[in-house]
Amino acid sequence: MNAFPSSTFFSAPPEWGWYIVFYFFFGGLAGGSYFLAVLIDLFGRPEDRPLARLGYYLSFPCILVSGLLLTLDLGRPERFWHMLIQSNTYQPIFKPWSPMSVGSWALLIFAVFSFLGFLSALAEDGRLKQPAARGLRPPGMLGSLVTGIGGLFGFYVAGYTGVLLAVTNRPIWSDTPLLGMLFVISAASISAASMILLAQKSARNSPGLATLHRLDSWVVALELIVLIAVMISLGPVFRAWVNVWGLVLFFGVIVLGLLLPLALYWRRQWFGDFTMTAAAAAVIAGGFILRLVVVFSAQGV
Amino acid sequence: MAEAMGFYTDTTVCIGCKACEVACKEWNQLPSRNGGVNTLSGDSYDNTRRLDGIHWRHVKFIEQFTEDRKDGRWLLMSDVCKHCVNAPCLEVCPTGAIVRTEFDSVVIQSDACNGCRDCISACPFGVIEVNPASGTAQKCTLCYDRLQGGLEPACSKACPTQSIQFGAIKDLQGRAQKRVDQLQQMGEKRAYLYGADEKMLGGLNSFYLLVDKPEVYGLPPDPKMPTRNLKSATWFSAFGAILVGLMGIINFRNRGAREDAREEQP
Repeated sequence: MNAFPSSTFFSAPPEWGWYIVFYFFFGGLAGGSYFLAVLIDLFGRPEDRPLARLGYYLSFPCILVSGLLLTLDLGRPERFWHMLIQSNTYQPIFKPWSPMSVGSWALLIFAVFSFLGFLSALAEDGRLKQPAARGLRPPGMLGSLVTGIGGLFGFYVAGYTGVLLAVTNRPIWSDTPLLGMLFVISAASISAASMILLAQKSARNSPGLATLHRLDSWVVALELIVLIAVMISLGPVFRAWVNVWGLVLFFGVIVLGLLLPLALYWRRQWFGDFTMTAAAAAVIAGGFILRLVVVFSAQGV
Repeated sequence: MAEAMGFYTDTTVCIGCKACEVACKEWNQLPSRNGGVNTLSGDSYDNTRRLDGIHWRHVKFIEQFTEDRKDGRWLLMSDVCKHCVNAPCLEVCPTGAIVRTEFDSVVIQSDACNGCRDCISACPFGVIEVNPASGTAQKCTLCYDRLQGGLEPACSKACPTQSIQFGAIKDLQGRAQKRVDQLQQMGEKRAYLYGADEKMLGGLNSFYLLVDKPEVYGLPPDPKMPTRNLKSATWFSAFGAILVGLMGIINFRNRGAREDAREEQP
């Protein structure tokens, strides 16, 4: 009988710390908010456009912060470009089977799309006097194409981090194939919640806001289901969460980040106008704590 | 490619002298921990603690004694990079810093590594860590520089009991099997080889003769490639994106029907 639940317990922790936790959070926001903005642009009504604009406004700064955090986390930050170009041959390097390699390229490409979205939002707001930039968003052909492709990269950026963790030999991370799925769904929930908070100020009367509330409640419910599926899929390795991290996961993510917002979205009258704000803030906090637990709990084992 | 070279480590003749550790540090000019200030781990005679960026050899001391210490044995094992034929670290390295050499060994080129540390989490043996002096991931190179000059690695050269043997993998495998047979005949029925054949990660170019379960030596019983999860994790993520996308489309598409559907929402 094997005394260990998994052979992953003999690997060493990579000491991915706070930079990576914040990167997972901002990367999720960058990809998720762009993804949602594109969905609203493509399938929403014209009066929802201010809401979609918020998504583009949010995505670009987040992707910039993401790149900065990833660079700072390197042992040799000045060599960040080695991820893309081989330093001895100056040839591009791309390993489709390594999520770190694919992710580096995806981040770069997505940053371009995110920037174009940002420009088109500025143009539509009249802050950028380049009417041509408005064509970078639907409903035009070019705009639909650009945001459609950008949306796919946004989804990739939001989810590849979970796949990257799975493609290791660390306990928890590589003992379930579901972390990428969980991160994608969580990216959507924190992005919708962030757009709700931003809309309180600038797009309060947007008719799409109520739709966003409802969408977020659906996504949070889905996230709860997938989180439970993650725990089940861990099998005997679940014991690695039977410690303080399990408590943080239960109270910080399940109770604060998922159950409380679900209750608030369901019972809108509880705290009057403040209810939706509280729900969105709880979703964002929960999404951050989720990444904190996933990153740190697998390192102390 | 020249012939595949590597180590066969017979743990039954290791005496725990740590000459391999010292020779490794000396040849590779690895710094001492804490600026050389001695701290005791409290774990038997092992104050090296683990393999890391500045310890590329590590002699493990495993005490197996009865409660009253009247009976028991020592298990001693000099641990090192396994130079796997299918190397998890090489597989995930995004910069191309980790390469396979003409000796079939696995080497991290320190000038190309940028310290992302993906290889650390990929190695199922916990071999790699960052050397604080360089800020890059480092580990045993199988003394690539010595091999190029026709010398054997510093550790095996220094080993006084031939616990660490260096040579062509084919020769070592034959030699190791003979030793297992000999031990079995002498009554040591627990003797077996760890990682000598291609079943484990395509074969370990540094394999071991052990007399207890792998996990007793701190070795994974069933190490795997990190990419085993790549397909399933990717498909599940795509499935998650499709679900979120559908939810978005359903919610934003037909706002007119929303009021009717309100009763059905979860």
